Amino acid sequence: MPTPTADTSRGLRAQRAKDWARRAPLLPALVFLIIVTQLPFVATVVISFTRWNALAPGNRGFAAFDNYAAVFTDPAMRASVGTTVLLTVTVVLVSLLLGLGLALLLDRSFRGRGIVRTLLITPFLVVPVASALLWKHALYNASYGFINGCLSWIWGLFGSDNPPQPDWMTDSPLAAVEASLIWQWTPFMMLILLAGLQSRPADAVEAARMDGATTFDVFRYLTLPHLRRYLELAALLGTVYVVQNFDAVFTITSGGLGTANLPYTIYQTFYQAHDYGRASAQGVVVVLCSLLVATFALRAVSSLLREEVTR
Amino acid sequence: MSSASLSRSASPALRRRRRTGSLLGLLAWLCGIAFFLPVAWMVLTSFHSEQDAATNPPSIAAPLTLHGYREFFGAGTGISPWPPLINSLTASVVSTLLVLLLAVPAAYALSIRPVRKWSDVMFFFLSTKMLPLVAGLLPIYLVAQNTGMLDSIWLLIILYTSMNLPIAVWMMRSFLAEVPVEMLEAASIDGAGLGTTLLRIVAPVAMPGIAATALISFIFSWNELLFARVLTGIVAGTSPVFLTGFVTSQGLFLAKVCAAATVISLPVLIAGFAAQDKLVQGLSLGAVK
Repeated sequence: MPTPTADTSRGLRAQRAKDWARRAPLLPALVFLIIVTQLPFVATVVISFTRWNALAPGNRGFAAFDNYAAVFTDPAMRASVGTTVLLTVTVVLVSLLLGLGLALLLDRSFRGRGIVRTLLITPFLVVPVASALLWKHALYNASYGFINGCLSWIWGLFGSDNPPQPDWMTDSPLAAVEASLIWQWTPFMMLILLAGLQSRPADAVEAARMDGATTFDVFRYLTLPHLRRYLELAALLGTVYVVQNFDAVFTITSGGLGTANLPYTIYQTFYQAHDYGRASAQGVVVVLCSLLVATFALRAVSSLLREEVTR
Repeated sequence: MSSASLSRSASPALRRRRRTGSLLGLLAWLCGIAFFLPVAWMVLTSFHSEQDAATNPPSIAAPLTLHGYREFFGAGTGISPWPPLINSLTASVVSTLLVLLLAVPAAYALSIRPVRKWSDVMFFFLSTKMLPLVAGLLPIYLVAQNTGMLDSIWLLIILYTSMNLPIAVWMMRSFLAEVPVEMLEAASIDGAGLGTTLLRIVAPVAMPGIAATALISFIFSWNELLFARVLTGIVAGTSPVFLTGFVTSQGLFLAKVCAAATVISLPVLIAGFAAQDKLVQGLSLGAVK
């Protein structure tokens, strides 16, 4: 007859086996992701403490906090932090607002709504580099770009042969990058918010209207609260992608004229200056900052997850 | 009050609402056209000659030509666009298959038979997406250099898989969470095997999710520039890298660049237009169905 202790230990073993059977399908993905995304960060931390420039291979060694000191005293690095914040906040906020406006317009039925929706999502489906090249050469170019071309054409209509021909990319470089990104990300926001609007219970709106609520009241007290989680989701995902933007900055201004954001600055330190130690220190600083921001962002998502669970 | 008088009293308000309605419809059309205009200009320019593409004011009615497309396919330089196009296709398709292969079982273990602390695992997946890719670029570059993986399409496939895996796990979990658990229990009581259960109960709910995941994963891989630029060269270079090479410091190149941009965007445009609802599901990580 088995003793009670042997019984519980067998039960424990069975329980543990069952737990591992549950975990098994999860492990390949988890292990793969840890190897490919977490191990490089560990290596980055190690390299960040070394003096290592590929252009001076002989001079390599332990650097303690020298790279970090260089990162924190580097005015270019500080500037790129500011640029990243400004670029991300502007692009996400403006495209969120435009996206909300467009979603509200598309939430009503009118002739050709499907076609308008298709027209509106096109910018998001253009490959980002292609979009950046399109804006830089076909639209912004000071001598033959479409924008200045249209200015000449409009001024020409009024008999003037002296139209304004601003050089968009040197006059307002950051705004030029932002405009191209807003053009690409507005459809993204619009799609998520439109789906949110269409999942709104119609009977509540109907009832409010019966009770004499105005269109604004309906928007303020019914639509907006319902849209909140969709607005949060769209803003969060937009931030995740825009903060890492490389293509537009690299293509349109090559990081010049105060448009270098953090991804571009790190790319430059690593790929052009070949300063591996400092590039790694920059990377570590950026990762720590992202973790700080991500903690807040994840709290927003966790509310989304809870709502789904309690559903 | 008779119904006739009621409808008569309502009719001016109704008419007013209808008028604002059609005005708002018009506004929506104008916005749609405004957002589409740059793309339309890109496609039109791609069919113009280099001289007509670089005029000010723009020559909208200039004669159309396939010159830009012939240049893209290597008429002038003899450089074929097929290797980068095929590289992009290989990297996107293979990494998408790998993503599905890893994400679907993981999502199963996070929703249908959830492990303990499954939400912590979910947040771990998402947090990897929030760390800037560029911070891990250098070690990956160094490892690739030392193992001879530089300029190999397999390196890109691995990186794109890790880039899209967190999104895919989130999406697939939110789809699989819709699988009716009671039906799974009923099926196991009736003695249905795992195969039958997966096929009959899980697959109908999972298939739309798999399609949406595949679409998003394909698009993000096809679009990627930074890794492809740093880690590949002549052999494994992808379309976005190839595209940046069309900008030259001398001579006119606008029509050529527009033709290249159009061709390279075409797969994404077609996939996105064909599956607009899947696009929304995918972009919202499955939160919107």
